[in-house]
Amino acid sequence: MAEQHKETLFRPVDRSRFQQEKIVRPSMSQWKETTVKIMRNKLAILGLGLLVIITILAIIGPHLVPYSYSDQNLSAKNMAPGAEHWFGTDSLGRDMWARTWYGARISLTIGLAAAIIDLILGLIVGGISGYMAGRGKFGDKVDGFLMRIVEILYGIPYLLVVILLLVVMKPGLWTIIIALSITGWVGMARIVRGQILQLKEQEYVAAAQKLGTPHRKIILRHLFPNMIGIIIVNLTFTIPQAIFAESFLSFIGLGVQAPIASWGTMANDALGVILTGQWWRLFFPGFMISLTMFAFNVFGDGLQDALDPQSKE
Amino acid sequence: MYIFKRVLTMILTIWVITTLTFIIMHSIPGDPFASDADVLPEEVLENMRAKFNLDEPLPMQYILYLKNLVQFDLGPSIQSETRDVNTLIADGFPASAILGLQSLVIALVFGLLLGIIAALNHNGILDYAAMAFAIIGISIPSFILAPLLINYFAVKWGMFPVASWGTWQHTILPSVALATAPLAIVARFMRSSMLDVMNQNYIKTADAKGLAITGIVIKHGVRNALIPVISFIGPLAAFLLTGTFVIEKIFAIPGIGKYFVDSIFNRDFPVILGTTIFFSTILIVTLFLVDISYRIVDPRIKLTSRGE
Repeated sequence: MAEQHKETLFRPVDRSRFQQEKIVRPSMSQWKETTVKIMRNKLAILGLGLLVIITILAIIGPHLVPYSYSDQNLSAKNMAPGAEHWFGTDSLGRDMWARTWYGARISLTIGLAAAIIDLILGLIVGGISGYMAGRGKFGDKVDGFLMRIVEILYGIPYLLVVILLLVVMKPGLWTIIIALSITGWVGMARIVRGQILQLKEQEYVAAAQKLGTPHRKIILRHLFPNMIGIIIVNLTFTIPQAIFAESFLSFIGLGVQAPIASWGTMANDALGVILTGQWWRLFFPGFMISLTMFAFNVFGDGLQDALDPQSKE
Repeated sequence: MYIFKRVLTMILTIWVITTLTFIIMHSIPGDPFASDADVLPEEVLENMRAKFNLDEPLPMQYILYLKNLVQFDLGPSIQSETRDVNTLIADGFPASAILGLQSLVIALVFGLLLGIIAALNHNGILDYAAMAFAIIGISIPSFILAPLLINYFAVKWGMFPVASWGTWQHTILPSVALATAPLAIVARFMRSSMLDVMNQNYIKTADAKGLAITGIVIKHGVRNALIPVISFIGPLAAFLLTGTFVIEKIFAIPGIGKYFVDSIFNRDFPVILGTTIFFSTILIVTLFLVDISYRIVDPRIKLTSRGE
């Protein structure tokens, strides 16, 4: 008995144990782990699949019908969806299928570009601001300075900035994206800052600091991964908000110009006819916005579960 | 001392916003009297320009404006002949504020509830239902939701007045239309944040100690999960309280939302500056309150190195 006890009590230390002392797991395996976890999540795969289908249709969709997004045919106006026009036609006889998928190109480009710019600027400014707050006199100054910039960007009338941009730049897709991004990132920055303020007081951050981890690494490796859920959620709103903001800009004559279609402008144009029973005018662009939102949300949820270091099995 | 410094910084920030807005609005093309230029003789236009100091060089106009501003006088409106900017805001703000406050309460109460329920039922039926609602809420913009609400609740079922302002029944439909998207966003933030928090060790500890689940959720869970919602709700409150162009237009509400947009298209310079200063003041105070509430919700948070 005693012999057996000894054997269980004293075992040679497995060398690989020293690897576990490392604070950060190797990034290769994290990438792999993320992929594996996402592949296991059925809803996330559904979301990803939908996004792929929507993207493919945005590329080839307009070519599947013999009409272009701008072809007017007044003898076939206000037609309900059918064999001739799959998604019906609008009040100028333009094919809604062609317009919906042509609009997908514009709306998805605007949504994605705005989201990426917001994400990068928001993470940088919010990350630095939140991390520097309460870190000595200099830190307070950095936080104060960045937050005053945020306040100023919130405060200056957005429309005025857009009009100024259009005076300086040619109207077009990139002007709209820049116009949306100028103030779009401040919301993300405020949310990232709030999260950092809370997370940096957690024990694991204190541990990393005591071990001499550089600040940049603490922010990138410890703080950002632990707030990945909030970042992804915020990102999934940015996309529809940018799509609608574009339609507002178009509505006041500053966005894409007719006959170019976008989901936002199509939904906007349909407002006048929705009560006359032409439901398809609003349904198809509206449904596509919702479907894209749904796809981004479920994929984002899967991504959150896969990337969040706290939710490891 | 700290409060004094913060107030000083706020005034400085508002001054910077005023100055930048002044520069931008004078560097875009356009003239407040563009529509009168064809019908009125040149002398009359000259007189009108002089009345609003527009004949002075720009630096002089700027100094004259600041002079009035320090006496809290936002100047006359070019478009409105009878009311100055102070009166415009004073007349319209109550309606906008009531509407904004109601939608804020609706969005917060129902958004938080929905988010908490979804998180506690992670991957359950209630979770999916709440998130489906949230996704639809975000996907339908207010300018589409509002006409639909009017069509059904007011025109077809006659439960609420169609539009205009007066009794509390008038405030219901616009408040709902205005609150839907923020409600959905609050729900999403709260769900995600709650999922994070409920995974923390202190929740497991509390659970292991045998504390009641409602106590754990409210005292340990919700409180620690509130930060992202607070970050989001701060600027939102400022935007909602100062009125929204679309909703006020659709429901014919006499708020101040329209001035933010109309003044820019009319190049009504004093109204542009006045509404900007009014909004910025509310915004900056709200963001300050957000910073304070961070510390109330989570006392570990340090905003300055002096620990205030």
